[in-house]
Amino acid sequence: MTDLNKLTLAEARDGLRKGEFTSSDLTEACLTSIKAAQKLNAFVHDTSEQAREQAKAADARIAAGDAPNMCGLPIGVKDVFATKGQPTQAASKILDGFKPEYESTITTKLFDAGAVMLGKLNMDEFAMGSSNENSVYGPAVNPWKIDDRDLTPGGSSGGSAAAVAADLCLAATGTDTGGSIRQPAAFTGTVGIKPTYGRCSRWGVVAYASSLDQAGPMTKSVRDAAIMLEAMAGHDAKDSTSADLAVPDFEAMITGDIKGKKIGIAKEYRIDGISDEIAKLWDDGAAMLRDAGAEIVDVSLPHTQYALPAYYVIAPAEASSNLARYDGVRYGHRAQIDASEGIDDMYEKTRAEGFGREVQRRIMVGTYVLSAGFYDAYYNRARKVRTLIKRDFEQVFDSGVDAILAPTTPSAAFGIGEVTGKDPIEMYLNDVFTVTLNLAGLPGISVPTGLSSAGLPLGLQLIGRPWGEGDLLNIAHSLEQSAGFVSKPTKWW
Amino acid sequence: MSIDIDTARRVASLARIRVEEDALPELASEFNAVLGFIEQLTEVDVEGVEPMTSVTPQRLKRREDVVTDGDQQDKILKNAPDAREGFFAVPKVVE
Repeated sequence: MTDLNKLTLAEARDGLRKGEFTSSDLTEACLTSIKAAQKLNAFVHDTSEQAREQAKAADARIAAGDAPNMCGLPIGVKDVFATKGQPTQAASKILDGFKPEYESTITTKLFDAGAVMLGKLNMDEFAMGSSNENSVYGPAVNPWKIDDRDLTPGGSSGGSAAAVAADLCLAATGTDTGGSIRQPAAFTGTVGIKPTYGRCSRWGVVAYASSLDQAGPMTKSVRDAAIMLEAMAGHDAKDSTSADLAVPDFEAMITGDIKGKKIGIAKEYRIDGISDEIAKLWDDGAAMLRDAGAEIVDVSLPHTQYALPAYYVIAPAEASSNLARYDGVRYGHRAQIDASEGIDDMYEKTRAEGFGREVQRRIMVGTYVLSAGFYDAYYNRARKVRTLIKRDFEQVFDSGVDAILAPTTPSAAFGIGEVTGKDPIEMYLNDVFTVTLNLAGLPGISVPTGLSSAGLPLGLQLIGRPWGEGDLLNIAHSLEQSAGFVSKPTKWW
Repeated sequence: MSIDIDTARRVASLARIRVEEDALPELASEFNAVLGFIEQLTEVDVEGVEPMTSVTPQRLKRREDVVTDGDQQDKILKNAPDAREGFFAVPKVVE
């Protein structure tokens, strides 16, 4: 009964129900693998005591025949989710020592379904970053390696991706504001889905950009993504933007049949500088879907190139407003001040000490674009461009397209320290294929479909209709089966 | 549009983030890189386009205007860096 930590959610669920092992067995296997993986710096807060209690309770539920899908399954939770009595600091010094008195809706739902929380996972500070290097805990490390260099697992949900890829947990929660679930999934050979905006409650999720933030699962298979998303999704009166819609049985919607589905290929995604490798991966993916019975059609999303610049107005603007709450008064870090200094000095010093460099930069960019005289030129214009980006997608879906296929990232995982030069834009370009969906509120899933010539995982992204996660998961499952990606990182940690 | 050191200082102050004088030139140059990037938005014809307020077409839910929560003083103060006698304590604001 070794290697229980390597199971998928579906395999572990079925094994638990058959009595082949217990949740406590699964949990101990994961805790052991976490302890042996310190070099990955994926888990940053240990909640093993709570995990063992939850596992015991889950085993009792299973024995009593009351076992929802997630019951007894050990998962990791991104540090951005408020977890009652457990450290929650969104990888920021400014939330040092913060232990919420409440539980986020997502973790409440997962715990009610019987899931076991192994610990909190590393991330970019306040989910701002694409490499997990902007973290008070130091960078998380990708379990994939091709030479002496440590590679990034992507970001911001880098700890989640690294932990799932290295089999430290069966699955993990992530959040995605501009690609923070899908890009790390692609960098680590795992699956990640960002649901439609409003599908999962944001209550108790530390806010970055509220009109873009969505939580979602990061898993080892598409089926697992369906299982876990169903447990996370649903209306919540505590989040006014959460949609009052029934949550379908996503797993049952995975039928394997995609005959007659129309898959769009957007010419605007064939950007300059896309590598031959990524272009081939994309063509191969389209061929696989065609062989499975789908129809491949060319589509156009003419405002694609303006998505990143619009994002870098809207997201910092919302962040500057959201992060105003960190003032050293109600929670977290407070700077020391001299007797001669007043409350403004306290605010300014607290925020200078507490926020990392990238977070400070985004807050200040946001402050600037919202300031008098620039609001119309930047913020309002970006919101108008956002309307146009959403309209592009509406026109494509109105023409009968069921999903759009695109690369997830422009490249495979890069080395730690390689893309942190003076120019912040270089890092931002990682999100060129993912960020449009957040602006349009659409669901997107990244599926690993191949290896780069150097031997690193690469992912393709499928973009679905609003509230069409079930159909999207079905198409993604077909792609996953055709690609047959089974590679795992060789253990070096 | 180019950001000078005075503008960088003003933005830092509006954002309530202390930036030392010698760090301002670099900050201004980073702002310029980001603003240069978002400058592309001026190429887009947005004539007659409504700015997006909600990505999904929905009306925010209404509820009765009644108290639904409260009596949680201890919990609210629990994480405060300085709480005294049931209040958040801050440096003197009024002389």
